Amino acid sequence: MTFVAKPRVHHPNIPTNDLGLTRRDYEGSVSTLCAGCGHDSVSAAIVQACSELSLPPHRFAKVSGIGCSSKTPSYFLNRSHGFNSVHGRMPSVMTGANLANRELMCIGVSGDGDSASIGLGQFAHVVRRRTNMLYLVDNNGTYGLTKGQFSATNDKGSTSKKGIANLYEPIDLVSMALQLGASFVARSFSGDKRQLVPLIKAALKHKGMAFIDVVSPCVAFNNHSGSTKSFEFIREHSHSVVDADLIFGQPEITADYAEGTYETVDMPDGSLLQLYKVDADYDPYDRIGALTYVQKMQQQGQVATGLLYVDPEAVECHDIMETTAQPLNELAEDALCPGHEALAAINQSYR
Amino acid sequence: MEPTNIFDPNYFHKVVDCQHACPAHTPVPEYIRLIAQERYTEAYMLNWDSNVFPGVLGRTCDRPCEPACRRVRTEETPVAICRLKRAAADNKGDVTAYLPQIPLQKNGKRIALIGAGPASLAVARDLLPFGYEVHLFEQDEKGGGFMRSQIPAFRLPEEVLDEEVDRILDMGVHCHFGQAIDRMKSLMAQNFDAYFVGTGAPRGRDLELTGRDEVDDYIHIGIDWLSSVAFGHISEIKGKVIVMGGGNTAMDCCRTSLRLGAESVKVVVRSAFEVMKASEWEKEDAMREGIPIINNRPPKEFVHENGKLKGVLFECVTPVRGDDGRLRYQPSGEPDEFIACDHVLMAIGQDNHCPWIERDLGIEFDKWDCPTLNEVTLQSTNPSIFFGGDSAFGPENIIWASAHAHRAAISIHLYCQGKDLVADRPPEGLNLLSTKMGVHEWAYDAAHDSAERHLVPLVEHESSLNNLKVEVELGFDAQLAAQEAQRCLNCDVQTVFTDNLCIECDACVDICPMDCISFVDNRPELELRQSLTAPALNAEQDLYVSDALDTGRVMVKDEDVCLHCGLCAERCPTNAWDMQRSVVHIPQLGSYGE
Repeated sequence: MTFVAKPRVHHPNIPTNDLGLTRRDYEGSVSTLCAGCGHDSVSAAIVQACSELSLPPHRFAKVSGIGCSSKTPSYFLNRSHGFNSVHGRMPSVMTGANLANRELMCIGVSGDGDSASIGLGQFAHVVRRRTNMLYLVDNNGTYGLTKGQFSATNDKGSTSKKGIANLYEPIDLVSMALQLGASFVARSFSGDKRQLVPLIKAALKHKGMAFIDVVSPCVAFNNHSGSTKSFEFIREHSHSVVDADLIFGQPEITADYAEGTYETVDMPDGSLLQLYKVDADYDPYDRIGALTYVQKMQQQGQVATGLLYVDPEAVECHDIMETTAQPLNELAEDALCPGHEALAAINQSYR
Repeated sequence: MEPTNIFDPNYFHKVVDCQHACPAHTPVPEYIRLIAQERYTEAYMLNWDSNVFPGVLGRTCDRPCEPACRRVRTEETPVAICRLKRAAADNKGDVTAYLPQIPLQKNGKRIALIGAGPASLAVARDLLPFGYEVHLFEQDEKGGGFMRSQIPAFRLPEEVLDEEVDRILDMGVHCHFGQAIDRMKSLMAQNFDAYFVGTGAPRGRDLELTGRDEVDDYIHIGIDWLSSVAFGHISEIKGKVIVMGGGNTAMDCCRTSLRLGAESVKVVVRSAFEVMKASEWEKEDAMREGIPIINNRPPKEFVHENGKLKGVLFECVTPVRGDDGRLRYQPSGEPDEFIACDHVLMAIGQDNHCPWIERDLGIEFDKWDCPTLNEVTLQSTNPSIFFGGDSAFGPENIIWASAHAHRAAISIHLYCQGKDLVADRPPEGLNLLSTKMGVHEWAYDAAHDSAERHLVPLVEHESSLNNLKVEVELGFDAQLAAQEAQRCLNCDVQTVFTDNLCIECDACVDICPMDCISFVDNRPELELRQSLTAPALNAEQDLYVSDALDTGRVMVKDEDVCLHCGLCAERCPTNAWDMQRSVVHIPQLGSYGE
């Protein structure tokens, strides 16, 4: 926790984006999480991504459940719409918001407890529904708010702070998201903003269900030598398969990547998603391949990160339901309630 | 880049911009904190220790600290450091208990100080607690030098000056006032162990122009005229006055003229407004009193009729900025401008002048009549003779005189003990003390205050213009001083980084309001400066670079606009960042508190 308020004054040369806003205009209140919490880095990455994309803060809906992770929407995008919902029920509230106004940019933030335990059913169904949102999980493998019990994503054999090993198999949210139809699946690390920020940008621009599992170490309870979700472990065991970057205009190929290992994908808004394949054999359009790869890595005690799967032609919930292009909340009463005769006509059509 | 050596005292000293810019290295943030705690006497004594004349300087200092203040870079206006110094002086209590003890048993060494200006007085103060017998020679009847003769009473009341001069004289100086030394040789015949020359730069420059000699009675050398006013020899000036020159003496001349009954006063300056030597605030003060400042007018001729001055003819020029960034002047094409006047005050600079020092005493002088000195020890080519203040390197100001005095006093002390003046000099030092008192408690007020600089209240206009002795600035009262003190960023509370504690969680990077901190791959400095979260474009400010961390990256902190708010340390889970108060030890004899 911090008791000193973050001063409003900023660097004299801070850049402004296309809206004339600086990164500081995308911040929220000062975090009350533990000093050094990975979740704060994730919030900072969201702030940076939204600012760099020049997205208007007031067009966002940010929704969360319960837990350390679910406190974080307070710490970014102060000027957006927010709802801190019931434990594990972020997906329902987010779905409702998205159904009512399909033009909102939706960010759902959840944690490993909120999504892999109490909210596992909600998680599964919002992915199936393909709600057009960024579903971001701050995954630290522990229940920090209740002082460090193993969560459902904690790896088998990983120990608690006191050295007791976890006896149960972990739930891998990335594998579930791949199975259940998410059209953008990525994993990243709170301590690697160079990878995380472009992924968040790409996910925000993706039409469909975008899921990012962010390993975000809990400095208080799960950042020790027996943990598989510590800064040190992730730095040593993560393998990026595909780095992504969202660009506008001509593709830029940096010299770090060998020829043939990069490609671009058109995004709905005219920007380009640039993919750098760190692993040349990896195919980010192959859902089954991705699933196999992720699980194989996991079996070897490694963590696959980066953009794991993307379907550039994905459909989202509104496409499936064929709802009107105009947001429902903008429809006037006569359009929403066409009257007795229209209802009679509909009923007639089923006879 | 190589990792920063934070054990070099100069590294963290440089971060305290105000203290570093102050010639006497006054610990500014520390005394501002004392003011915030209403400990005015301690704040005053901390000042007295390093700059010797806090009451005088709080009103008249050239304030090299203020343009250096970090707030200029973060939020444009500096902390009103000088006004706060005055607030400490105005509100202090009895300082007697804090003064150094003067030994009754003397050490047997006799020192002669020539000129009773700030440099000599400060040397006396430094030497007296060490048992020296100090003799002070002065041509005027009172001590103070140009603080008394050239700074008008409406800027520096006599009682403020008397208090600070007398405090030193009362420490046991043998005063020889009213005794001009016209031959150095005769003084040296008295066999002092060492001599300190602090006679200032006493010769005001004159201007040889057509008509100059014919109107001698109406042309006055600024510093001599101010001195005559100060000692009561001149009490009025009639008619229209032109002040020539753009420095602080010119500003004092024009404002004094206004108070002595001049019908009109104009300042005419050869150069452009922005390159005038006068301090920004002194120009503002003159203009607020309705005195026009006319720029880009080099004088051509004194116009006279029947031996009476009629006015001055000026050429009209236009400043043009050359490729080297310097201003050059070319004729503007306008006809010459005649400005009518009855008197001209010449304030175009002053020079060193020591006709009373014979040139066969082994003291070398350069072509500007400045002695050849060792810049560190201030020793002349005659080993028993030292110089300081304006007489050393030409006209400077009071704060430089104090700074020279500390150096000269150390040299004199070493010289009298037969030690080496360079090798045996005490080194600079630095202490670091953690300010962490609890999980979220710091021993300083870390919160940032975004208030604008507070303006100093002024005396009512009419009454000040009618009386030379009415001080124009009223100074900050306790409440305004407390508010202004909050604006200080506490730059002496340093961000100290311990690399082997860092887990590279990025918490400090995310929280830093000024984007000062980056974790990046190490590179040569120029590339490194570009690769940071916010590129470090101010090359005058250092980068704080750590050793390689676990990931091979280094922590780089750009010192340029750090607010010292301590948020990096607050958000650090491992105490790799700590806020530590730095205390710079500037070598000084008889340091307060030692």
